Amino acid sequence: MSDAVNTKISELVSSNDVMLFMKGTPLFPQCGFSSRAIAILDHLGVGYESVDVLQDMDIRQGIKTYSDWPTIPQLYVKGEFIGGSDIMMEMFEAGELATLMNENGVAKAKG
Amino acid sequence: MGEVEQEIIKRLTEALSPTRLVVNNDSAQHRGHAGDDGSGESHFSVEVESAAFTGKNRVQQQRMVNAALGNLMDERIHAMAIKTQVAD
Repeated sequence: MSDAVNTKISELVSSNDVMLFMKGTPLFPQCGFSSRAIAILDHLGVGYESVDVLQDMDIRQGIKTYSDWPTIPQLYVKGEFIGGSDIMMEMFEAGELATLMNENGVAKAKG
Repeated sequence: MGEVEQEIIKRLTEALSPTRLVVNNDSAQHRGHAGDDGSGESHFSVEVESAAFTGKNRVQQQRMVNAALGNLMDERIHAMAIKTQVAD
């Protein structure tokens, strides 16, 4: 992974409290796992930003190295890698994801 | 059972000595979708219970599963849902 990609990813995860790397967009997810990740974030009602890795091959590959995680989606909260959609679902069901958002002072979505 | 499914079971068994291992081939539900390569072995879900997960967080546990699957993830499998559990 080039330094430029690494820096770009680093900036994305540090400048957004909740950052989701996904396939497609929140309105039109292009994969079942990404769709599930969006559904969870929407249900929690937190504000988040997303990056469509299908639009950027450098990020698509780079993000896997960045987190040492082979799959997408990937969720970051306050710059920290939380997990993929399976972990998101387990944490959501256990109430841990809501707790994590609260503890990190993540703002609710507007509107 | 297809060869990919057999290989998943073999690799997870060797690497993690699971006390419970469930491998589901979900490919039929995704026929014609993105990632369906026509092999009938593109989409899987696994549940792994192992003592090897003791003291590891969820991310570390899934990394162990991914590491055990190795090149299968890149080369053969399009989608893999993973559920891990620490053995008692």
